[in-house]
Amino acid sequence: MGDHHHGPAKGLSRWLYTTNHKDIGTMYLWFSFAMFLLGGAFAMVIRAELFQPGMQLVEPGFFNQMTTLHGLVMVFGAIMPSFVGLANWLIPMMIGAPDMALPRMNNWSFWILPPAFLMLASTLLMEGGAPAFGWTFYAPLSTTYAPPSVTFFIFAIHILGVSSIMGSINIIATVMNMRAPGMTYMKMPLFVWTWLITAFLLVAVMPVLAGAVTMMLMDIHFGTSFFSAAGGGDPVLFQHIFWFFGHPEVYIIILPAFGVISQIIPAFSRKPLFGYASMVYATAGIAILSFVVWAHHMYTVGMPVAGELFFMYATMLIAVPTGVKVFNWVTTMWRGAMTFETPMLFSIGFLVLFTIGGFTGLMLSIAPADFQYHDTYFVVAHFHYVMVAGAVFSMTAAIYFWLPKWTGRMYNETMGKVHFWVSFIGFNVTFFPQHFVGLAGMPRRIPDYALQFADFNMMSSIGAFIYGASQLLFLYNVIAAIVAGEKVSDEKVWDGAEGLEWTLPSPPPYHTFETPPKIEEQPAH
Amino acid sequence: MRLSQDPTIDTVAKLGAVSVGMFAFVFVVMVPLYDVLCDALGINGKTSSEAYISVSAEVDETRSIKVQFIATNNDGMPWAFSPQVTEMLVHPGAANDTVFFAANPTMDSMVAQAIPSVSPSRAAEYFHKTECFCFEQQPLDGNGEAEMPLQFIVDQDLPADIKTITLSYTLFDVTSLMSDKVASR
Repeated sequence: MGDHHHGPAKGLSRWLYTTNHKDIGTMYLWFSFAMFLLGGAFAMVIRAELFQPGMQLVEPGFFNQMTTLHGLVMVFGAIMPSFVGLANWLIPMMIGAPDMALPRMNNWSFWILPPAFLMLASTLLMEGGAPAFGWTFYAPLSTTYAPPSVTFFIFAIHILGVSSIMGSINIIATVMNMRAPGMTYMKMPLFVWTWLITAFLLVAVMPVLAGAVTMMLMDIHFGTSFFSAAGGGDPVLFQHIFWFFGHPEVYIIILPAFGVISQIIPAFSRKPLFGYASMVYATAGIAILSFVVWAHHMYTVGMPVAGELFFMYATMLIAVPTGVKVFNWVTTMWRGAMTFETPMLFSIGFLVLFTIGGFTGLMLSIAPADFQYHDTYFVVAHFHYVMVAGAVFSMTAAIYFWLPKWTGRMYNETMGKVHFWVSFIGFNVTFFPQHFVGLAGMPRRIPDYALQFADFNMMSSIGAFIYGASQLLFLYNVIAAIVAGEKVSDEKVWDGAEGLEWTLPSPPPYHTFETPPKIEEQPAH
Repeated sequence: MRLSQDPTIDTVAKLGAVSVGMFAFVFVVMVPLYDVLCDALGINGKTSSEAYISVSAEVDETRSIKVQFIATNNDGMPWAFSPQVTEMLVHPGAANDTVFFAANPTMDSMVAQAIPSVSPSRAAEYFHKTECFCFEQQPLDGNGEAEMPLQFIVDQDLPADIKTITLSYTLFDVTSLMSDKVASR
């Protein structure tokens, strides 16, 4: 690297060959937004079909393909890459590093993602259709009874698993080796902490997912019987392996969101985060517990009572560190000089709705009660409260919060507030009624339903169309800000914002912190 | 332990080893451990896949256990498959014999594998099979028929609250899996 600041290359090759963490972060964010719209379009098909009882628009088989692809695209294409993009942009700037530790691997871990999702989406056009076995792809639905396109699905999962593992190794190597002098672990911003822990979870469990799909591949093509009872295997084994990956996975999705909220709430409360150390320990505690609770997803497979009890109590235990976090966020706001700009609105929306999702999670953790809730719309409502109002709301808050820093231009605040309120109302109209139909017994993943669920389903669909449309407003607001937003002159942008990234100009130059910054005595979180 | 002088390479090498190790962990630990635990604890109603060597058993004539037999065909399996009797009363410790019938109505030779399951699953570890057709695959020529023997002992230590044990067999068509691949049960 030369001793002068040089800008990016021009044209398409800039993006293809870039090793710059800011460029790669930007690509991850745009890619995940595209996937968010694609997964959202699948959701619109689902809600349009469920608008009225009876078969209206699509075939049941296609409906199943929609629920499957909606889940896969949202989890692996939208939420996870969006937080990796955020990590790329922010972690080097937050810890005073010039770039990620492994810039070329960084380029590679992004560029293998689009082909993986192109392959996954192309299954829609294949003979036999796209995978239709749900995003959890339980065997034998995903092996013996799978459409031929399942092989492409398996390779797509392999590729995005490799991408996630490379991204995580990069993040860990950056945080462990490239912090500016004086940036001790307990001075790191909480977003960096949550991502460090998340990256360890990813390195531990993405290979397990790769193992599960590899076994599927072998069962389908090479005559093994991992999941086939006829050859001595067991389909229940699939569920154990999947959820051994799958439960840490849900914390992989939500922990970076916790980090984002822990940056934004102090900024708009104009107070340091309450209980910084307890936040770090709570995050680590949640991560460790996530490895011993997987079977709460499978209470109804016929476990021994001792197993049900163990997984029930272990699951309930997770409410303790999570409660610590919610308590700390609320206490940070307590007697703060609060203002309610768009990022703060989304953060408070997160806090309220994520807590509701947490409570329904506690209800589901009760093994005997779960026999009633299992595979109903109550579960759908629960995980959308934590995935959408949790992960997506915090991601939206993060975009509004850091966009002026990244681009040097301000978004339209009024439009941002409208986006929040329309999203908040649309989200609740969509998912709150699903608690009721779920408790009344409506199963998930079905294209038709009994007449008594009609009114609530129509409400859900109307809410979903409102929520979906409001994301187009978000897209417009972001593009308008980048193209013609009011220029930000201040480095801090928000007067309560703390941290190294806010000491850089807005927008930051292409290369930052080539000489490490001085870390003040006061911790910068 | 340092794997490299460069701290970044060191971190990457260690984490790479962890991810490769976790991939291997699924195959060499999780799968065998699951089978061992299911066998040892009778989880999922799985019974032992090997013949039980009966120890000099004292027959407990003070109580009778009702043992029910269920025969089911897996999806697409065309064979006729049924137990000779649907239930019998047995004393714990005594050896009992029964047979299942199978008939292949098709014109082709086929190979079948029966997979047992015991309900309640708690009873699985007390249900010993000294001889069972499920230990091996069952080949049948087109239009062939077979009597398939089963000999079992209900353990004297069976918990007192279990009065009825249901033994269910599901018959799978394994013709395409090749009969040289020995099924483990």
